[in-house]
Amino acid sequence: MTEQRTVQFRVFRYKQGRERPWYDTFDVTVTPRTTVLEALQFIRRVHDPSLMLRHSCHHASCGTCGMRINGQERLACITRVHDIAGERVTVEPLANLPIIGDLVVDMKAFYAKFTPMAMPLIRHSEFLPEAEPPEGVDTYTRLENCIECGLCVSVCPVAASDPLYLGPAALAAAWRVVQEPRGQNVPEILAQVDTAHGCWRCHIAMECSAVCPSHVDPGAAIMALRGTLIRQHLPWRRKQQGGDAHEPR
Amino acid sequence: MNRGELVPRRRWPAWFDVRGRHVSGWAFILNRLTGLGLVLYLIIHLWVLRLLTQGEARWNAFIALAKTPPFLVLDTILFFGIIYHALNGIRLTLVGLGIGVSAHKRMFWVLMGIGLVLFVLSTWGLWTMTK
Repeated sequence: MTEQRTVQFRVFRYKQGRERPWYDTFDVTVTPRTTVLEALQFIRRVHDPSLMLRHSCHHASCGTCGMRINGQERLACITRVHDIAGERVTVEPLANLPIIGDLVVDMKAFYAKFTPMAMPLIRHSEFLPEAEPPEGVDTYTRLENCIECGLCVSVCPVAASDPLYLGPAALAAAWRVVQEPRGQNVPEILAQVDTAHGCWRCHIAMECSAVCPSHVDPGAAIMALRGTLIRQHLPWRRKQQGGDAHEPR
Repeated sequence: MNRGELVPRRRWPAWFDVRGRHVSGWAFILNRLTGLGLVLYLIIHLWVLRLLTQGEARWNAFIALAKTPPFLVLDTILFFGIIYHALNGIRLTLVGLGIGVSAHKRMFWVLMGIGLVLFVLSTWGLWTMTK
């Protein structure tokens, strides 16, 4: 018999025009396999059809159901209620992005920073026979696996205090292009991140890497960008290149 | 369904939200707090040093006060702040230069181990040598 239990869901609510957000609490019966997303869909279906949330694929591919579950950034579709400690689950929208309503945030600002990094979406290297790792390399690291869920931006303490900060997702995308340009203009990308609100703004809290559901490791990508830029700015390197590779801002 | 519990207004900066944070996030928060504490200490320190211009008696009176247990407790907190901020600062400098990025958590715990030894030794010295 499936083990069932009742869990209290404390859900963040906000409707445009209302002065302040509030929490509604719902009792939901869950099994060991019930995910937070399924519980929220149940609440929407049975208790309150006005509950707003984003979701699509149900298997951590689309990145639309990112939210804060008991304060931690997670994808609701792969977070089982049973794996969360306690009998009460608090669900809130992602932080550091404007709230449209309830659990839905406006991703426009996120994409406005992410898209200029021009990360190609088509993978050339994956599944090709010639992509066999050479001797001494265990496996290739996938670099283009960002699902654009925004968890890294939500958890980033710098994004919380600097709205102009490019953010971990955009910077990781930039590093991905630097590593494998595929026709993109690398100096231009480097110039975009070589700013006070670019890769130098990171304070190395590394929370972005800890919460990333796709193991993109944006923290390491930001540090790699810094390394590249430091090497470029070394006086003897500039001399070799006949000036700078890009005009730092 | 239970409606209407208003979301409390946030009374602290967003970077100080500790819910669900990982070790590196806690390290970041503690680094900021100790940094702010050290700035405050520096201001107080400079303010206290002005006593040197007011004669030997005033300075000696302050030194006697600084050796009392409440001040030693403050000094102990100061030692913690200095040691933590310095050692975590070394980690951040290295990682910020791209050195040991993948080992940043291990580096944190190793440095905190060193820090604990330094803290115990310095606190022991503080409380025994000022008697």
